[in-house]
Amino acid sequence: MKGYLGIDIGSISTKGVIIDADNNILACEYLWTEGDPIGAVKRLLKALQSQIGDDVTVVSVGTTGSARKLIGSMTGASVIKNEITAHAIGTTTLHPDVNTIFEIGGQDSKIIIIENGYVVDYAMNTLCAAGTGSFLSSQAHRLGVSVEEFGEIALTSQKPTNIAARCTVFAESDLVHKAQIGHKKEDIIAGLCKAVVANYINNICKGKRIAPPIVFQGGVSKNVGVKKAFEEAVGCPVTVDPSGHLMGAFGVAVLAKKSGDEREFSFNVADMDFKTTGYECPKCSNHCEVICILRGGKLIDSWGNKCDNGAPKVG
Amino acid sequence: MDKKNVVCFPQFANYACAFRYMFEKGFEVDYLVPPTMTKRTLELGSKHSPDYVCAPFKLCLGCYIEALEAGATCLMQIFGACRLNYYGELSEQILKDLGYEFKMFNMVEINWHSASSIMEHFRIVNPDVSVVKVAAAIPTMLKIIQTVDKFDDFIRHNVGFEVNIGDFEDVYAEFLSKLNKLESKKELKKLTREYWKKLNKIPVKKPSKTLKVGMVGDYYTVQEPFSNYFMERELAKMGMEIYRKMNFTSTIIHSQFAKRTKLAKKYIKFNIGATSNYTIGEAVEFAKNGVDGIIQVKSFGCTPEIDAMPILQNISRDYKIPILHFSFDSQTSETGVRTRLEAFYDMVEAKKSK
Repeated sequence: MKGYLGIDIGSISTKGVIIDADNNILACEYLWTEGDPIGAVKRLLKALQSQIGDDVTVVSVGTTGSARKLIGSMTGASVIKNEITAHAIGTTTLHPDVNTIFEIGGQDSKIIIIENGYVVDYAMNTLCAAGTGSFLSSQAHRLGVSVEEFGEIALTSQKPTNIAARCTVFAESDLVHKAQIGHKKEDIIAGLCKAVVANYINNICKGKRIAPPIVFQGGVSKNVGVKKAFEEAVGCPVTVDPSGHLMGAFGVAVLAKKSGDEREFSFNVADMDFKTTGYECPKCSNHCEVICILRGGKLIDSWGNKCDNGAPKVG
Repeated sequence: MDKKNVVCFPQFANYACAFRYMFEKGFEVDYLVPPTMTKRTLELGSKHSPDYVCAPFKLCLGCYIEALEAGATCLMQIFGACRLNYYGELSEQILKDLGYEFKMFNMVEINWHSASSIMEHFRIVNPDVSVVKVAAAIPTMLKIIQTVDKFDDFIRHNVGFEVNIGDFEDVYAEFLSKLNKLESKKELKKLTREYWKKLNKIPVKKPSKTLKVGMVGDYYTVQEPFSNYFMERELAKMGMEIYRKMNFTSTIIHSQFAKRTKLAKKYIKFNIGATSNYTIGEAVEFAKNGVDGIIQVKSFGCTPEIDAMPILQNISRDYKIPILHFSFDSQTSETGVRTRLEAFYDMVEAKKSK
């Protein structure tokens, strides 16, 4: 049986799925990137390999996420796609009627507007990390609760505390202040969930027409408190897919399948020695940061140079 | 006798050749084509600028510093319809505080209704300036600008489809370097004819249906490729046909302001400042002419362009055309820009092929 591998490698987590020709998920894995995308993908591949039988042959690979290029050359991917398109393809494959996708990940958040199965508009957060997963996890840490139970605690609150939502720094000092004047922990947690949603709607959804059905995905979608806050804010139910956190990987696996570019993929990649080196090109004052990726000491790909003068020899 | 001034105006699209002609032939001083902008330019500029000032100011300040290092003795700044009018004075003050010695030819300070004011400022550039020669150089300078704009437009429409990558850039670079040595209007005519022919002979493979994208935005960011991360080049690489109406020809030489304002009539009742009316009018025109997507590029904090944003969203809805917004400052991540551009391409491509 043919299998198609999709890898979504984000700043915080690495996701992988293997699907069959009918888009059924044969294997999936979710783990932390821990600042080492190559190592994370090696672990990911080992885990995925153990989940599939010998009868499955992976014939095509797709990569997405912020390290898509690096992992793309490492795995010899047929498709290297930006995460906006990958998420849209994944979600529209599973939920063909979707009109709005909310997506909140570790360090980015985006909205994708879909009409008749096609992306018609999107927006992504720019410089600010307010209202993303990393903000929630740092605040959970401050309050001494684990981020996994954050959502459940939020649901127990009767009167969520108002927390300034504009900016992480303001939200944090507001949170400290509210805690010091005696607000209950669950109220503060529920308030934080509302703040994340308010921030998202003010910053990302600016001027966008939000129409149901809405699918909410990305790591933060696992937080039931945020889901509830979203439903209150938009006034309609919000769907969270059980594999919502895998949607980017799933989408890019679908794209790899569609690409028709098939050749057998070997899981031996997980045992090969990959190294990246970076250097600043000295040839002009652009000082491009050139990244080279080496397999077994041999250069297989490089990027980062703005002009041909700075191109290292690939061979 | 004083040594001849070496004048410099910051890098602005491909117009250096026009300024050079004006100063060398009209004012009879030397002109320094500013060193090509690099990351260092932006770093230098940001370091010495107020944090909240727009990226064009930072880039220009960095460019001034690099020009002074390269021997410029007189810096020029133009006037405009926004905070730009303060920029000449502010840059001058910052540079003088840094200890640079130079003269400032700040066109904001000129009272254009007073001959004596004009002469007083022209004499900053050259104490023995001949008004006759300046006046005689103007038509050629304008012609150079129009020529550059015509070439740029042609390249924008075709460069994404060149058969041999780099053809357009090579021919155009050769043309610009010759324009930088231009001696007369006659020579301009000859060069233009020669290179227009060369440009048209470059093999191009254009499909019958192409993806068209329209660029709008603030005056500097939309025109100077370094300030928008060479966005037009990136889009062309993806195989798109690029359209842009904003240039010197359509604003300074044959102002399209009234036309654009009329096109924007449904959305705005009066001039909302700087380039906003242009941006809105251009977007309407693009939408009416069946462009597949519009990209607005602006510097972070550019108020007139921020005012245009919600109106652009209405245009997007009314004409069912995707509009993507980019705000640039000195911190913008290149990866983020690329991700959004790739998604933009996928979006318009999927819409077109459905």
